[in-house]
Amino acid sequence: MSLATTVLRSKTLAALTSPHGVDRYLELVNPMWAAHEVRARIVEKTVEVDVEGHPRVATLTLQPTSTWRGHRAGQHVQVGVDIDGEGGGRRTTRVFTISSLDSRPGDRFTLTMRANPDAPEGRGVSRYLVEEAQPGTVVHLSQAQGDFVLPDSVPEHIVLISGGSGITPVMSMLRSLQNRTHRGRVTFIHYAQSPEHQIYAGELRDVARTGYGVDLHLLHPELGDPNLSPAWLERLVPGYRDVPTWACGPAPLIEGVRDAYGDSENLHVEYFKPPRTTGGDAGGEVTFARSGRTAPNTGASLLEQAEALGLTPEYGCRMGICFSCVSRKTDGVTRDVVSGDTSTLPDEEIRICVNAPEGDCTVDL
Amino acid sequence: MSTDIPTLTPEQLDTFGEEMDAIRRRILDDLGEKDADYIRSVVKAQRGFETVGRALFYLPPAWPLAVASLSVSKILDNMEIGHNVMHGQYDWMGDPGLNSRMYEWDNVCPSEQWKNSHNYIHHTFTNILGKDRDIGYGILRMDEDQPWHPYYLGNPVYALLLMTFFEWGVALHDLEVENIVAGKRKIEENKALHAGIMRKVKRQALKDYVLFPALTGPLFVPTLVGNATANLVRNIWAFNIIFCGHFPTGVATFSQEECEDESRGHWYYRQLLGSANITGGSLFHLLTGNLSHQIEHHLFPDLPARRYPEIAVEVREICERYGLPYNTGPLGKQLFSVASKICRMALPDRKKKDAPEATSTDDAVTTDRETVAA
Ligand SMILES: Cc1cc2nc3c(=O)[nH]c(=O)nc-3n(C[C@H](O)[C@H](O)[C@H](O)COP(=O)(O)OP(=O)(O)OC[C@H]3O[C@@H](n4cnc5c(N)ncnc54)[C@H](O)[C@@H]3O)c2cc1C
Ligand code: FES
Repeated sequence: MSLATTVLRSKTLAALTSPHGVDRYLELVNPMWAAHEVRARIVEKTVEVDVEGHPRVATLTLQPTSTWRGHRAGQHVQVGVDIDGEGGGRRTTRVFTISSLDSRPGDRFTLTMRANPDAPEGRGVSRYLVEEAQPGTVVHLSQAQGDFVLPDSVPEHIVLISGGSGITPVMSMLRSLQNRTHRGRVTFIHYAQSPEHQIYAGELRDVARTGYGVDLHLLHPELGDPNLSPAWLERLVPGYRDVPTWACGPAPLIEGVRDAYGDSENLHVEYFKPPRTTGGDAGGEVTFARSGRTAPNTGASLLEQAEALGLTPEYGCRMGICFSCVSRKTDGVTRDVVSGDTSTLPDEEIRICVNAPEGDCTVDL
Repeated sequence: MSTDIPTLTPEQLDTFGEEMDAIRRRILDDLGEKDADYIRSVVKAQRGFETVGRALFYLPPAWPLAVASLSVSKILDNMEIGHNVMHGQYDWMGDPGLNSRMYEWDNVCPSEQWKNSHNYIHHTFTNILGKDRDIGYGILRMDEDQPWHPYYLGNPVYALLLMTFFEWGVALHDLEVENIVAGKRKIEENKALHAGIMRKVKRQALKDYVLFPALTGPLFVPTLVGNATANLVRNIWAFNIIFCGHFPTGVATFSQEECEDESRGHWYYRQLLGSANITGGSLFHLLTGNLSHQIEHHLFPDLPARRYPEIAVEVREICERYGLPYNTGPLGKQLFSVASKICRMALPDRKKKDAPEATSTDDAVTTDRETVAA
């Protein structure tokens, strides 16, 4: 730690700046000075995919404050932006994966994101960052989080499967492995709509040409390439269920992967969105007490059911990470769609983005 | 409740409540960058005054300026920023530095306790005798319906003491000392609260009375006295503004029975009648944290306070239509009214206790109210 950091984090300075804390003063002088909080300046933006009629994908390079503790390939970070303009002044926080290789404290890193076309008009964070934010913009960050990471000692053979923007965590892994001259085997399978939709196309082409031990498979099922299936996987990687595998992508792809791997412990999955709720005992009615709305339970997450009824509850990640959607369930049974755990306790604080009701349920919203 | 105030029928109360709800919804829909920029610029100004104030203590001739600057900083921090942020007025911004859950103010009262005693108790049970512990803070007699006792002969003295040590009074408020004396509360119930207060007191005292004075070396004593003076100035200012918000003559109090099963309309009605405004310029409003618009604040405690002046125009117009009083006046007049009440309440009531009388029979009332007949 540098002398400046030591001083900034000292107890004395904390006592002098009590109750607000050092950062509340530093930020007014320079947003890139911080003792505890993490912020970053966008230093570069490159467009990765730009296909007429489709949302753009861009890579942002971020210079974090010295408080950034670094990350392990595969982890994500919460990004808070103050979107200006009409109805602005609000900070909105969303989760994105770090796409560059492992970073050390204070290192620059990149995020690659698709301008999510489903975001409400004028609000989407990804749309703002891809389409509008200019280099120089300062964003707010959390520290890196998540356990979708490679073990310290990387197995001799690993499989990385991704689809669309789900390429980000596995790309970070691939880049990190290459940087530390990993000499094991990596099978890299990626699904995109078409070659024009391929994120990191140039870099992957180089990997295919020169990458040592990387089997690269860029597939476009819409153009006739085979879909993921157990038989196809078996041909590509014999005994694939015994090979440690990391997968990230849209719901149908992940469902396919899960089916193919069965109960194999070697499969690690990262979700950008909660898995679609399948089976389970829907039925019953969902009641949002404060707004007085009631509807038959569709089995979707409480957040989605509330939105379907026209409510707009707070949310951040929609994936159970940020806790901004926490609401009180006053009655009923809910199931965590990620972990599968059910909860029957009344008056429980739950994350409505990843909890779906089973039968009657009342939420204080 | 005083009898001269027009009582509204339940139907009138409903439409009155709907009109208030409509104002609230409209402002909520309109919140945005202007409000965010405003509060951020106030924060910036406050941090500026604080830094300049602390720095000027190194220049002995500038001592009065240092005290003034630090006083302004503490007033802004407690009133326009702290009080309002803790009401959740800026929660929609998603900025942890301006969030009611996280904000801590430059005051010995821990924010957690303030949010309970002020936001919850006082703003819910506003001016309900026996429920709203802000009526006289458990020390003063501020209403005829509080039975007189020889103890209250000291009312003016207690008021002066409370004013001087206001932040301490506010901090100790939650301990409900009066209820302990009356045997209604056990001293053990205060353990956790007490620990919270001590933690905050230590932090506040450490910076104002040890660290910053020590940093000025040989000027230790002037700096310490300066910091204490700034705290005192803030105490006096806050006390006066707050007392003008609820205790000028003409402000109504309510009995617990009147407020049973209260409708939303009646809730607005009680908030309106239980509060009083102070007129003044925009700098004055800023320094009061817009509590000079106590009426609007009580009607809409979670709307950004900078909106109160614009809301006030509509509220007054609505009051006129319903024939409801809208209690407002310049600082001097409201202060005088509060001071006379404090003195009057020191003495036993002149009239018979069993004839419940309206405050309106007091001479001061008619001039204090701007009642407009419907
Ligand atoms: C761990 C993790 C890592 C991620 N990494 C990446 C990454 O590296 N790259 C990337 O591109 N994406 C990534 N994502 C996905 C990204 O976080 C989402 O796309 C995010 O929602 C983008 O935010 P937004 O503000 O643009 O869209 P949002 O405004 O959040 O919209 C998201 C969704 O919410 C729904 N919605 C919102 N409001 C309503 C409403 N009122 N009614 C009905 N529906 C509504 C919309 O249908 C939309 O699909 C990741 C997600 C997670 C959980
Ligand atoms: S929205 Fe982040 S936890 Fe639910």
